[in-house]
Amino acid sequence: MDLTLYVWRQSGPGAKGRLEEIEARGITADMSFLEMLDVVNEGLIKTGREPIAFDHDCREGICGMCSQVINGVPHGPQEKTTVCQLHMRRFKDGDRIYIEPWRARAFPVIKDLIVDRSALDRIVQAGGYVSVHTGGVPDANAVLVPKADADTAMDAAECIGCGACVAACPNGSAMLFTAAKVAHLAALPQGRAEAARRVCMMTEAMLKEGFGSCSNHYECQAACPKGIKVKFIAKLNREFIKAQFSKKSE
Amino acid sequence: MILDGKCPSGPLPEMWDRHRKEMKLVNPANKRKYRIAVVGTGLAGASAAATLGELGYNVDAFFYQDSARRAHSIAAQGGINAAKNYPNDGDSVARLFHDTIKGGDFRAREANVYRLAMVSNSIIDQCVAQGVPFARDYAGYLDNRSFGGAQVSRTFYARGQTGQQLLIGAYSALSRQVKAGTVALHPRSEMLDLVIVNGEAKGITVRNMVNGRLECHTADAVCLCTGGYTNVFYLSTNAMGSNVTAAYRAYKKGAFFANPCYTQIHPTCIPVTGDHQSKLTLMSESLRNDGRVWVPRIKGDRRSPGEIPEDERDYYLERKYPAFGNLAPRDISSRAAKEVCDESRGVGPGGRGVYLDFADSINRLGIDKVRERYGNLFDMYEKIADENAYRQPMRIYPAPHYAMGGLWVDYNLQSNIPGLFVLGEANFSDHGANRLGASALMQGLADGYYIIPYTIAGYLAGTKPGVVGTGHPEFIRSVEECEGTIRKLLSINGKRTANEFHRELGGLMWEHVGMARSHEGLTSVLKRIPELRAEFWENVRVPGGEADLNQELEKAGRVADFLEFAELMARDALHREESCGGHFRVEYQMPDGEAKRDDEQFCYVAGWEFKGAGTAPELHKEPLKFDNVPLAVRSYK
Repeated sequence: MDLTLYVWRQSGPGAKGRLEEIEARGITADMSFLEMLDVVNEGLIKTGREPIAFDHDCREGICGMCSQVINGVPHGPQEKTTVCQLHMRRFKDGDRIYIEPWRARAFPVIKDLIVDRSALDRIVQAGGYVSVHTGGVPDANAVLVPKADADTAMDAAECIGCGACVAACPNGSAMLFTAAKVAHLAALPQGRAEAARRVCMMTEAMLKEGFGSCSNHYECQAACPKGIKVKFIAKLNREFIKAQFSKKSE
Repeated sequence: MILDGKCPSGPLPEMWDRHRKEMKLVNPANKRKYRIAVVGTGLAGASAAATLGELGYNVDAFFYQDSARRAHSIAAQGGINAAKNYPNDGDSVARLFHDTIKGGDFRAREANVYRLAMVSNSIIDQCVAQGVPFARDYAGYLDNRSFGGAQVSRTFYARGQTGQQLLIGAYSALSRQVKAGTVALHPRSEMLDLVIVNGEAKGITVRNMVNGRLECHTADAVCLCTGGYTNVFYLSTNAMGSNVTAAYRAYKKGAFFANPCYTQIHPTCIPVTGDHQSKLTLMSESLRNDGRVWVPRIKGDRRSPGEIPEDERDYYLERKYPAFGNLAPRDISSRAAKEVCDESRGVGPGGRGVYLDFADSINRLGIDKVRERYGNLFDMYEKIADENAYRQPMRIYPAPHYAMGGLWVDYNLQSNIPGLFVLGEANFSDHGANRLGASALMQGLADGYYIIPYTIAGYLAGTKPGVVGTGHPEFIRSVEECEGTIRKLLSINGKRTANEFHRELGGLMWEHVGMARSHEGLTSVLKRIPELRAEFWENVRVPGGEADLNQELEKAGRVADFLEFAELMARDALHREESCGGHFRVEYQMPDGEAKRDDEQFCYVAGWEFKGAGTAPELHKEPLKFDNVPLAVRSYK
């Protein structure tokens, strides 16, 4: 099939960007979206043009590196699918496809479709962990975890940190990302001890990084390639309010 | 030169404890004076950087991705082994050790493997304490499942995303140290050179991938945790960015490369669909717990799988290896798949595939149970192959997956260059000629959490910290060399892209240095690789500039190294005139087609020393002794 792409091109962080029209010819249905871009890039290189810069790595939907807004939707039209797992059988001959980077105040563009997501790392650095040193821990079966709690923790822990939730949110909020980590650790006895402190530190870091607030649009859940549920934002809010009443530990 | 693994003497179970007691320590107040460079933040790198930071060292962590959480350990699906024996099915440290030695086809170092089995249990304890949400039963206890090459259930798992969860655990420990100020992160940084001063590793040169600047980083010790090199095959289960560059540049600076021909071809991957394909996707080996592998009995049978009656199917793994059945080790399962496809009994487009059938399990357990165990894998399969594996069998085929070979290290994980340590997949030490499933995660975390923190102190205690600055002539020379290579790549302005060269190289390697290797094929490929390399340096086209984010330049640099490394790999495969584990030479096989080892001549680790461009590398041997597991023909029948 032949497609017309409108791709965001931006030479550097401060530069002015624009949408460039690029033809994609001879694309087959079994290619992944990124393989389609590979083919396009090979063509651009051979004709002396600069290839499209985009982030990608594992190409199996787990590393969270790929990050493109396709026709206005982060990760494109297929539910619970990262760009790298999106296949061209979802498109048809003659389609016009708009490809843009994640857009959020906290994610400045580095080049073309590549953005700086280190703000997400800094939210985790603020407290997204159990403060345990290597060694000196009890036997793995010493603390039992009810299966339902372990499953809840796992549901939240599936987050791949891609930032689609931020890109989808009209407020550019990182609530779903932060909530997933808070909920994952709060569901487990190992993470409970620091739960109050953690939720305060992570929320504070989130605001400091310039992410917006949540106003219940639920776009994040719709865009999340791992299907992380907004119920975890409710959990974050409950943990946050609880923490305000347990400040005595501070 | 005879290589010395520096294994402690005495009985295996006591070695590590005694060694730890005898090793020197660095005083807590002195640790902060030492700077350690850790390259790569997969399971080995992240766990090492975090643990060294906790101890008080100054750690610099480098990685090419934008976040430390994205290293390719994250893609490991199935699980992590440990000798906990929670299911009471007869497991023990001794058995895990034995299975790993046997699984590696007697080409691993006994002392290292025993230590790995010993620390395996601590890893699970640590991960649980970090909040890794392992699968549990209704009573709240940890659940286990089985993996290839073992007759016990010793694998801990977190749905089909075990690698992700373990890496997030290590990444969170790392993040905690970033906050504590002991670890500095260097994202989007690619190591281009190892800097050696007076024979010792004293730092690295990296390219900042955002602005193209070459940066010097001094260190009192360098830990390479840079993963494996199976992207030399172009198509593999590795991430697109996985490369051999850091390890290969260390090799060019004098580190020995051990057993480069030991590569693992994983039996259960989604088959190739076309020339445009950029990578292959693994379907976890855990699927073989409940899936049955088969092909039609009749050659060229084009019927759909549902139309082929039971008695016209060949469940060849169950037939050939009744004791282990569908859970035969990876090398054996992969070769068996190749054999039936070579007999024209393969399925799917091109006949390069076999069925992995869940119909029996769905009947036995119900669709919900199967979905709970493997749901994400079935979903992923449907996205890629456009087929529903609940209704029809999956089609799978072997694909390059893991490198057992890597830089040579001694018992302390130190290479032959003092101060250069190599951890995880990047070293060679624990898996011999074939790695068992769920052992890579175990090794990466063992090296990072429990081994390097002790052994690096043994080295640093005898080293004065901070004696070399970035103004040292060796750093200046290193930067000039890297600059020279980059400018050369940008100036060629030829007709073919780096990707085209990579694809051609991969095709050659898969054909001749893949699942079946022959003297003839290896000799021909050793002639062809230098030709292709010469063409690359005359005809590659790398657009853009050096002082910019330039992904084509990154790719070209990696392909240039693969083009050299491929030759080393083929040379090692040619010299090893035996079959063992993942290294199968067609000339050396049993009458029934199984691998035929030659312990008389080849019971050693092959460590290759770089002797300059255009000169053959020199082979050094580390003899392998098996005092605890008697050398035997590996049988899974």
